[in-house]
Formats: sequence, C-alpha cells, structure tokens
Amino acid sequence: MIAGIPMPDANHWAEAAMIATVVLSSTAGEVLTAAAMKSIGDLDDIRAVSGLKGAIKAVVTCPLFFLGVGFLAFAFFALLFALNHLPLSLVAPASASLTLVTNAIAGKIFLKENVDRRRWVSAMLVAMGVYLLTQ
Amino acid sequence: MSHSRLKPGQYAILGLVSISAPLGDTLLDRGMSHMPPISLAHPSALLAAVFTPWVVAGIALLIGFFASYLTALSWADLTYVLPATAFGNVIVALLSKFWLHEEISPSRWAGIALITVGVGFVAQGPSRTEHPAPPSSPEEAG
Repeated sequence: MIAGIPMPDANHWAEAAMIATVVLSSTAGEVLTAAAMKSIGDLDDIRAVSGLKGAIKAVVTCPLFFLGVGFLAFAFFALLFALNHLPLSLVAPASASLTLVTNAIAGKIFLKENVDRRRWVSAMLVAMGVYLLTQ
Repeated sequence: MSHSRLKPGQYAILGLVSISAPLGDTLLDRGMSHMPPISLAHPSALLAAVFTPWVVAGIALLIGFFASYLTALSWADLTYVLPATAFGNVIVALLSKFWLHEEISPSRWAGIALITVGVGFVAQGPSRTEHPAPPSSPEEAG
C-alpha cells in the first residue's frame, strides 16, 4: 500500500495479464482474418464461378489468412489456459465484452471500416449486454 | 451488387455464426473445468486436453463457426459481423430458460435486452464499407 492506496496483488495482475492476452491476441487474429477475407472478395461469388474447391483455394492461398489463424490459435490456447485458472464467470464477460470494443477500434484504424455512431453505440450496448449476460 | 441489404442466405450464415460459437465455448468450458490445473511448466498437458471428448466436440462446433464466420467476413464488415456473434449468447440464455428451465436473473435479462437492441441497431445500417475503387489498370491480370 502506498500513501493509503491499496495496491493490486500479484494475483490480480496475473488475472489481468491472462485476460489481456486473450483479448489482444483475439483482436489481432480477427482483424488479420477480416483483412484477408476482404482482400479475397465475396466467397459466394467465387463459389458461384469456381465452385467450393475454388473458394477453399482462394482462402488457403492467402498468407494474411494464416497469420490471422496463427493469432486466433494463440488466443484459443490462451483462453484454455485462462479457463483452467480462472472462473468462467470472470473470463467470459471480461474477454468477450473487451474484445468487442478493441475490435471496433482496430476495425476503424486498421481496416478503415466506417465505424459510425450507429456501430459505436451498437458495440458498447452489445459489450455491456455480454458483460451482464455472462457474469 | 448492393452490400447494404443482405440476402436471406446471408442472414442464415450470420445465424450459424451466432449459435455455433457460444455452444462450442460451453463445451470447451465443460471439458476444461473437469481437468486438474495446468501449469505453464507442462504445456504438453494443454495439448492433451485438446483430445478429450468435450473439448473435441467444442472444437468441431468452433470449426463450423469459423467456416461461416469467414464467409460472413467476405461480404460484411468485421464491426457488422461481431455483434451477430454476441447474439448467440442471447440464444443460449433463452434456451437455458425455456428448455432447461433455468432461472435468469434480472441482470441477465438486462444483458439480453442490451444485446438485442445493439444487434438490431447495427443490422439496420449498411453491412459493408464501400471504399473508392482504385484507378483501373489497362491490363488486368488473368
């Protein structure tokens, strides 16, 4: 404790680090995957022209897709690790609601998506709703 | 092709995105919570967990989620698709209420209302950001 201010103990830092790892790696994976799918184009159109094989080939030959999958795989193992150490009632609301907000920020910055007032309000409402629902 | 309104098949894909992720996560939680604590010093135990039945079933559902999620991202923005993924939590909560007859607290009802309003809000807007087309090249590959 410094000057009467209680300091978070090591357990709280460890909990925060586990949840932050899930949130940041998941956000990186989703943004990279979304960028890959945008660069590939509409899969329904590709399937109409080249069939299912053509659509699968378009996805699996995109390097950005594998980078995104790498981050999502890391996020998956980070989630398994967090679930093994922390209660679901903490991990689920914290990671799910924070990921929605970080993705809205990352979508605007990196994907140049038009995150207008409607989408910000929606992201905040859904993030609060997920927090309430999953706690 | 207009991207502001989705076709019925595309709404079905978003529905699949919504339901498969929370069900998969629930199965993963059931599998992992029945295992002894795993230490970072023994990462192989984490790999072994992947082959337990509940985790395998959860992974199968999450693969289905991922396929439909990628399809959705190919014709809609990330910030449009993500609220749809959260709507799955509402479906699972309602199933637990009306199928499993579990009690839903007032705060969870508030969460259901907020997610429903949030998803309805974003669904009324355009599904994709249209960027100005780059200057066309006289020689197109292929």
